[in-house]
Amino acid sequence: MAEELKDIVLKYVTKEYLEDDSEPLTYDSPLISGGIVDSFSMVSLKRFLENRYQIAIPDEDASPEAFDSVNKIAALVERFVAKKG
Amino acid sequence: MTNMRTYEEERKDFNWGISEKELGYQPGSDINIAAYCSDRICAQGKGDKLALIWEGHAGEVKKYTFNDMRLLTNSFAQYLVNLGLKPGERVCLFMDKVPELYFGFQAILKMGGIAQPLFSAFGSESLITRLADAGTAAVITQKKHVAKVRVLLNDVPTLRHIIVVDDDGLKPLREKEVALHMEKEPRVENFPIYPAKAETPSVLHYTSGTTGKPKGAQHVHYSLIAQYITSKYVLDLKEDDIYWCTADPGWVTGTSYGIIAPFALGVTQCVLDAGFSAEAWYRWIEKRKVTMWYSAPTAIRSLMKAGDEIIKKFDLSSLRHLASVGEPLNSEAVVWSQKVFGRPFYDTYWQTETGSIVIGNYPDMEVRPGSMGKPFPGITGTVLDPVKNEPYPTHGKIGLVALKFDWPSRMRTYWNNEEAFQKKFRNGWYITGDRSKLDADGYFWFTGRDDDIINTAGHLVSPFEVESALLEHPAVAESAVVSKPDPINLEVVKAFVALKPGFTASQDLDLEIMNFIRKKLSPLAMPQEIEFVPSLPKTRSGKIMRRLLHAKEWGEDLGDTSTLEND
Repeated sequence: MAEELKDIVLKYVTKEYLEDDSEPLTYDSPLISGGIVDSFSMVSLKRFLENRYQIAIPDEDASPEAFDSVNKIAALVERFVAKKG
Repeated sequence: MTNMRTYEEERKDFNWGISEKELGYQPGSDINIAAYCSDRICAQGKGDKLALIWEGHAGEVKKYTFNDMRLLTNSFAQYLVNLGLKPGERVCLFMDKVPELYFGFQAILKMGGIAQPLFSAFGSESLITRLADAGTAAVITQKKHVAKVRVLLNDVPTLRHIIVVDDDGLKPLREKEVALHMEKEPRVENFPIYPAKAETPSVLHYTSGTTGKPKGAQHVHYSLIAQYITSKYVLDLKEDDIYWCTADPGWVTGTSYGIIAPFALGVTQCVLDAGFSAEAWYRWIEKRKVTMWYSAPTAIRSLMKAGDEIIKKFDLSSLRHLASVGEPLNSEAVVWSQKVFGRPFYDTYWQTETGSIVIGNYPDMEVRPGSMGKPFPGITGTVLDPVKNEPYPTHGKIGLVALKFDWPSRMRTYWNNEEAFQKKFRNGWYITGDRSKLDADGYFWFTGRDDDIINTAGHLVSPFEVESALLEHPAVAESAVVSKPDPINLEVVKAFVALKPGFTASQDLDLEIMNFIRKKLSPLAMPQEIEFVPSLPKTRSGKIMRRLLHAKEWGEDLGDTSTLEND
């Protein structure tokens, strides 16, 4: 699931948040600290993940650090998907 | 030893002439802000002092002395003149917090233009509204944002130039686009700085209006007088400070106190062009040995949320004074700051329209956590009875925050909208749009807005602007937008949406509408919650009762519902 998940998140972030002329993203590109996704936009990214994977990510887990790269987001989502069983 | 004497002493004999004298300004003479920011400091023999330390998110660092800044702003200004831009024309800055933003702002002022900074996260519709209203002649931007500017060429016929500051030549520039590489431009030693007088327009900052149309608060060069002295007295800025203002110059704090005030004082400031994270911010303070930190309640509450443990990893002992602006600073944040930093955040209150701090907590005055503080010594403020339009004779009553409109940095009008400007006054008082009460000692205590405008993370969002944009989504029949409480951002945008026949509420549609608004207006305006409803509460005459929805969100009394239409 890991690679597929990362791919889905990467494509979504690229489509929704990246400006046209920006450098292509990698799994490690800094999303929050790099200014690609701001704290308000993070809410819609979180909503996408919750809808797509039918999970609920509590606010205390949705920190800027946890959303700072596709790799980190994938790890967070996997954790909540596993919890769901 | 603070710059300001006790509040009572300053209040007794303060006058703006103190600031004029310190700046060497004679009434009637030239007062171009940009000249005060670099040329004057260089003329004082401080040209080699660091003016700006900038770091990007990838760790790249740039440092500029006041003389570098003088020469670069000269070159930049010459470039704008060579393009054919004229004094009085509006030049928009639409960029992240890169050095070109800080120097471009000053360059526009140097050549006599009116700087129009806009937040780089704005969507195309927000841009069009503001540029079309201002009749903007040029936009200075980065390649990552240029696509948002390209699409509005037909809507802003006055736009002649799109200046791209980081073009790498990989993609051809399009119609009206030109590349500027600030640091590669020939240095101009002597630029004929525009002889701006006190009332010459300088900056145009747009703010959300109650009718949906944003209003351009027009400021003048004389604003410097108030920005200089308030930063000296309230922020206690001193010559050897390392100052960090976390605001983006797309908003008024980022220009008044992120460009004009610190540079005019000859203070070194540092800028971190990166998204928020508690660790990155604390590391920045430690690395740059920040002494004065001016931030916002939302950021402070986000730091609180990150916990106290992380703070122990960093040496933050350089900090000597902290201040906050943008929205009310809750008492818990003040108490927390005292506990973890050993000093409180001093709350300050002002607006886009006021141009500088008008009410605040001062270094030598007792801080009452949760209070806005007291009017700045040169400013008369009160709480007005909204019925009689007179100050309440006794303290403790909630009313309108009102000011005598006579300080140097006040806006002079709303661009193209003198009517809206005149509506800001009642019985000779300027009405801020905020409500508060006074305590027995003259401290102001914020209680809320007096209109429907939403203050989210210190930024004002018009519900009408969001509702108009929502109607452009194919699924939306009608909507009502209100604020809802939020522990970090004070309040956030919530939309009640009734769908057109044939559309069904779903998680996907919810997200689609959120993203629609985010891209069209801005992330700040994006509803963080959408509630799909079969219909909206209306009066018998068909007007949506937003008040009712607002009261429901805030757990307030619904008030008079006798005019509510029955189903």
